[in-house]
This record gives sequence, structure tokens and C-alpha cells, in this order.
Amino acid sequence: MKRMRYILGLTAILFIASAILFLPVPSALKWQSEFLGRALLWLLFAAFLCLYRVLRGPTAPDRAVAIDMLGILIVGFCAILSIATGRDWYIDIGIAWALQSFIGIMALSKYLEGKDFDE
Amino acid sequence: MNETLGYILIVIGLVFNFFGCIGLIRFPDIYSRLQASAKCVTLGTCGILFGLFIFKGFTAVGVKALLCMLFIILTAPVSAHALARGAYRSGVKPWEGTIIDEYSEDIKK
Repeated sequence: MKRMRYILGLTAILFIASAILFLPVPSALKWQSEFLGRALLWLLFAAFLCLYRVLRGPTAPDRAVAIDMLGILIVGFCAILSIATGRDWYIDIGIAWALQSFIGIMALSKYLEGKDFDE
Repeated sequence: MNETLGYILIVIGLVFNFFGCIGLIRFPDIYSRLQASAKCVTLGTCGILFGLFIFKGFTAVGVKALLCMLFIILTAPVSAHALARGAYRSGVKPWEGTIIDEYSEDIKK
């Protein structure tokens, strides 16, 4: 049963990854080159893998780890979006997102620890 | 030349991001998940931001990307360590195949 689930997940991941790599890019994502559209789809796929851990984490800290990783992934997403569209303010969104995610995760870990915030 | 180097750095970053997320799904408990995913995703996003810096050079966007990279390098290990400590103090047990656990002896003192 465990081996069955392993093979199923492996085939699903390989299928979606090869679809992103080899299928033609949708026309809404062709800004400058096809490569950047494929990179955006690839990062979205990685973010969905993180969301799987958010949905099915057995404990609360697992979900917190997945949310932290998701925040750092979104910063890279904003950077690629800023290259692809040529608009500079996307990187500002990335900086703000990194700061916000760090503060949120520190507060969340203090809450998990079960102490007061001013310690 | 600059564009090629930037594309190479972005590809390295994307691959590391993907492997980090695979580790986040695949590993058995929270500590090994942190071990895999925090380092991989930090390095991957720093690669993407450094690729953006190589693309743009010393313009406003490039310097902002460099600053964002520095900020992520500084803060990601801090948040990962805080999460591991919070998880241990809140009572999440390590995986049963764990060989050594020195932090529990440290807490008992």
C-alpha cells in the first residue's frame, strides 16, 4: 500500500513536470520569452506541492513550515514576474512579502512554544 | 553574455526550489522537513534573485534584488530555528528512527 502510494505520487509529479517542460506555453504567459512563462508555471507547481503539506500536515508546526516555505517561494515568483513583464515594482512586493512572512513566522513559533510575546 | 549567465542562475534556482518542495512532501517528520526545505528553498530563491541582479546590473531593480537576497539569507535560518524550537517545546516527537536527541537531555537539566 505504501509502495503503491509512492509510485502514484512519483508518476503524478513526473507527468505534471514533463507537461510544464514540453507542452506549448499558454499565450497569456508569453511576455518576452517562452522560458520565463515555463519558469512561472514551474514555481506555481512547487507552491502547490507546499499547499499539499499545508492541507495534510499531521501537526500544526508542519503547516507553519509549509507556510514559511510558501512565503519564500512567492518572493522568487515576484522576481521572475518582474523580469517577465518589465515592471519594476514587482520586486518591491517581493521585499514586503519577505518581511511580512518573517514577522508572521516568528510570532507563530512563539505561539507554538506557549510563552508570552515579550519574553 | 549577461543574459546567459542570468538564465543559468535562474535555472539553478528553480531546480533547488523544486527539490526543496519534494523534500517538504517526502520526509517523515517536521525536523527533517525543515532540514531539507529551508536550505533548498533559501538557496533557490537567492539564485533567482541573483539572476535578476545579473540581468539588470546596478540599476534600481538590481540593487533591490540584491537587498532582498541579503534579507532572505539573514532571516530564513532564524525563522527555521525558531520553528524547530517551538515545535519541540510544543511536544512534537521526532521520528522513531531518530538516533540521537540531545535537546531532550538539555531540557531536563
